Amino acid sequence: MNDLFDLTGKTAVVTGGTRGLGKEIAKGLASAGANVVVIARSISEEVLTELSKEGTRILGLSYDLQDINGYKQLLEHIDGEMGSVDILVNNAGVQRRHPSVHFPKEDWDFVMDVNVNAAFFLCQAAGEKMLAQGSGKIINLASLLSFQGGLTVPAYAASKGAVMQFTKSLANEWAPLGVNVNAIAPGYMATEMNEALIADPQRSRQILERIPAGRWGTGQDIQGAAIFLASKASDYVNGYTIAVDGGWLGR
Amino acid sequence: MGFQQGFFSLKGKTALVTGARTGIGQAISVGLAASGAHVLLLGHRDNLDETKAKIAEVDGTCETVLIDLSQTDSIREQIKPVLEDHQIDILVNNAGVIYREPAVAFSETEWNRVMDVNINAVFILSQEVGRGMVERGAGKIVNIASLLSFQGGVFVPAYTASKHAVAGLTKALANEWAAKGVQVNAIAPGYIETNNTEALRNDPDRSKSILDRIPAGRWGSPDDIAGAAVFLSSKAADYVNGHVLVVDGGWMGR
Repeated sequence: MNDLFDLTGKTAVVTGGTRGLGKEIAKGLASAGANVVVIARSISEEVLTELSKEGTRILGLSYDLQDINGYKQLLEHIDGEMGSVDILVNNAGVQRRHPSVHFPKEDWDFVMDVNVNAAFFLCQAAGEKMLAQGSGKIINLASLLSFQGGLTVPAYAASKGAVMQFTKSLANEWAPLGVNVNAIAPGYMATEMNEALIADPQRSRQILERIPAGRWGTGQDIQGAAIFLASKASDYVNGYTIAVDGGWLGR
Repeated sequence: MGFQQGFFSLKGKTALVTGARTGIGQAISVGLAASGAHVLLLGHRDNLDETKAKIAEVDGTCETVLIDLSQTDSIREQIKPVLEDHQIDILVNNAGVIYREPAVAFSETEWNRVMDVNINAVFILSQEVGRGMVERGAGKIVNIASLLSFQGGVFVPAYTASKHAVAGLTKALANEWAAKGVQVNAIAPGYIETNNTEALRNDPDRSKSILDRIPAGRWGSPDDIAGAAVFLSSKAADYVNGHVLVVDGGWMGR
């Protein structure tokens, strides 16, 4: 068996790693052997127990990612507890939905703060250490709305477009220094964020009709791409956004 | 790692890899074999010994299939006995040729040869092998696209046209077959050290200007492509459809 996808002994940080896709990614990385730090506003023992089932070390840190000035300290703390960070997954993201004519400034700022600013500056803080050690894997969560416009979610679309773009910017700078920066664009996934869509029979049907795979994605569907991008199997993949969307973008 | 083995393991699967003699096709064949797949190495001459030896080194198994993919009229007939003997779970359409000539003088014979190998044979094989996959409700097809599935290149109009077609065909087949459990995807390798790029690497000016644009600061090795191929051939990519995965050291984003 080849060990291309083995993450044994690596330390991974997953933001928003306590629920939805973040939790699935944390689980996937742990199952491939990584020790995982999950960062979220609040952490439940239940989640930590669930993630620990894979047998690797799990650490939960409750932290508000809007506190960008604290990232250096946060990274120092992780360093002390779990060793240097090999893998960073910027998964935490928020959504606000309003028609563009009334889109409130505070909601726009909130979406940008969490989806773009927090992700970029966490890349910066973790990247500085990765560059010093000459290796690292960063995975940002992009979206189908990195490619498309969505409907009544202009801030989210703008933010996810930005995530895909700064992923390339960082890759251009950091690839020669051994740090791979890439993104995953999940399609329509059956997660908490999409509960409202799934529950709406008309929207749900419209969406499903356009997915060539004929089903919503699951948490497990995203784990493969995350492990691939976190592992040495992707050492020559840089600045790229992998769509895991059941074929949506090609339809 | 239980999860990892189950997820990326190709144990019990049979893969057919075209252009398996050298370069990317060889590295993919070895990667798939190392992950547990039995690999049918397709070449047009009986000169696949190097690939066979490398597969033996990783304790993999393989056999050879000899078909000339530029003879598109006879592919269907020649692949038939292979399909009778094997259930092919993974098809990697890797074989490709390149021909360089300024467009004003570009030979029509060469145009047709490039199109035959790079796209027409890909469609014929996908159709013949894909039919069984669709019937069984499972299968993985990985086409080798190119940076020239996105860009135009210089002096290689047939190659560029054929590789754009590969990306298009990948999406077209995915749209039809995804719901039937067959994942069709592609890999677009960047500038990789292979026979097809030898002329570029031997030209100091072109070689330097290419290297200057690759963020990773190096040409790719065929082995760099194997990871993506194993991923797309495995259960780990079950919800990846119609996607062209770029493995280029960052070229496209620069």
